[in-house]
Amino acid sequence: MTPLINCEDVWKIYRIGDVEVQALRGISVTIEQGEFVAIMGSSGSGKSTLMNILGCLDQPTKGNYRLNGVEVGHLRSDQLAEIRNQQIGFVFQSFNLIPRTSALENAQLPLFYRGRSLKEQRTLASAALQRVGLRGREHHSPTQLSGGQQQRVAIARALVTSPSLLLADEPTGNLDTESSREIMGILEGLNRDGITVILVTHEVDIAAYASREIVVKDGQILSDRATKRRSQVVGA
Amino acid sequence: MQVFVWLTVVTALRVLVRNRLRAGLTMLGIVIGVGAVIAMVSIGEGAKQAVQKQIASIGTNVIMIWPMATTIGGVRGAQGGAITLTVADAQHLKKKIPILVDTGWVKRDVLQIVNGHRNCNSPVQGVSPSYISIRDWPIRSGGSFNQADMDSAALVALLGQTVVDDLFDPGEEPIGALIRIKNVPLRVIGILSPKGQNTYGQDQDDVVIIPFTTAERKVFGTLFLGTVGGIFASTDRAEDLPDAVEQIREVLRTRHRLQHGKPDDFTIRTQIELGKVQEGTSQTLTVMLLAIASVSLLVGGIGIMNILLVSVTERTREIGVRMAVGAKRRHIMMQFLIEATTLSVVGGCIGILLGVLSARLMTVIAGWPTIISGDTVAAAFGFSVAVGLFFGLYPANKAARLNPIEALRYE
Repeated sequence: MTPLINCEDVWKIYRIGDVEVQALRGISVTIEQGEFVAIMGSSGSGKSTLMNILGCLDQPTKGNYRLNGVEVGHLRSDQLAEIRNQQIGFVFQSFNLIPRTSALENAQLPLFYRGRSLKEQRTLASAALQRVGLRGREHHSPTQLSGGQQQRVAIARALVTSPSLLLADEPTGNLDTESSREIMGILEGLNRDGITVILVTHEVDIAAYASREIVVKDGQILSDRATKRRSQVVGA
Repeated sequence: MQVFVWLTVVTALRVLVRNRLRAGLTMLGIVIGVGAVIAMVSIGEGAKQAVQKQIASIGTNVIMIWPMATTIGGVRGAQGGAITLTVADAQHLKKKIPILVDTGWVKRDVLQIVNGHRNCNSPVQGVSPSYISIRDWPIRSGGSFNQADMDSAALVALLGQTVVDDLFDPGEEPIGALIRIKNVPLRVIGILSPKGQNTYGQDQDDVVIIPFTTAERKVFGTLFLGTVGGIFASTDRAEDLPDAVEQIREVLRTRHRLQHGKPDDFTIRTQIELGKVQEGTSQTLTVMLLAIASVSLLVGGIGIMNILLVSVTERTREIGVRMAVGAKRRHIMMQFLIEATTLSVVGGCIGILLGVLSARLMTVIAGWPTIISGDTVAAAFGFSVAVGLFFGLYPANKAARLNPIEALRYE
């Protein structure tokens, strides 16, 4: 079975004026289908750059990145968009819902770009909202929802296309402890259902939900180890 | 794709309704531009048709010859001031120039016309019977006069509609009535069909027509016997008009013994020339007004571009999210193009309504003839679509070229 993610000596080099910034310096990592991985690191460590590359928002300067066996390093922007649409779901720290647009329509968005019929969009989106526990909130706009609820809408949006990979960038960064626990619970549940979850965070107790912890520092992998799941520890 | 376009239009309309004031102000340029185009073109078209009707009212393939100013002792007289054309000229022209179907002549004066206790001051035209046929002037009721009336200087008259209205009570029968001009009693034998205004804006129906001989011998006075105020001629075919004009000029110059180098003592005008002059004027006007309207369309388009650029900046993060969940560049491009076009089309539709309304108003209040053609409305609509697409292109392209990572990070 091909691994979901296979990075081989991935470099990312930015050029800002005359200064060359090496954001990633030879990252090699393999992530199998169904894993729950936390990528940790302080700010400036390169973890965001790594996530952008894993999420096909950016492409490596050097090295290979194969997603589901497909080399994405040379794809055009439209092909990357298609991969993001079909295989990857994003959850951001600041929710990034489209303002003044209902929860349902926000969750529909990826299907909208896939050209599905309106009826199909609605059915799948409300199913996704139901899965994150937002039944009955379909027609609320983001401002009518709490932070935790907004993040759940974002998760529903990420889920709606049944992606193989869910990328969560500091998903609890803007949430209180209670909401954080709920959101992590949802991600955990999704992982149990077989979705690969990659979590980017700098909080140790959030990273503890994952079963594998990759620490990035100065653009390189500092450590990569399996951990005991927090839920198993706490029994929550 | 259809689902995409349709949903994007719905979204664009929702954005528009949400930012009513902003959208309204943005559309104002297009509204005014399209409204102005519609109003101007309909006024121009109306004027053109009115002019064409006036030109047609002269008759068919008509050549008009007027006496020209002459210079006597260094003093140049006014046009028509000298009496250089005669009945003999008219008859001679017909004999000499075979392509002329007929020639007619007319002499006019403004006189008081009396019927019982009512009177009016109107132009009285003494004409040859051929004049009436050349001018295509049908008789609405009663009859016309003929050569016998002409020979005997019969005391008969044809009245234009305006004169009838002035001299007779409603329901009173004008035919057979006796009217008096300078105390000469004349029997009304016919009423002319209304012709409306001529190209100079004069009421052509404010007229009394009597036989030329009657006018000359009994009504106007015998001064300048045999001279005429104008000669009218017609040809069978419109193509013959320029040729006929040349021949008339030659014949008249010879007859008037004008030496080489001396100016004509008459002016020749054809219906076609008159039409061209008038059409030229109204065309110039239309082009000028259209130019002004185009400028306001341009300004409107720039307004749309401006607000879209603002919108792209405001919604940078939204664009980033859309790209992250799988929007391709063309999706983002289309979204903003559709928003721009929605703005300009809604503005255009309001403008069309406004233009039609103001054209109507112009007709009702100022009495200007206006014509609103489907072509004009379709063109205006097409223009607003084009303005939206054209001026939306730059902002849409700017949005589509955003880098998703930077867009997502944009504050």
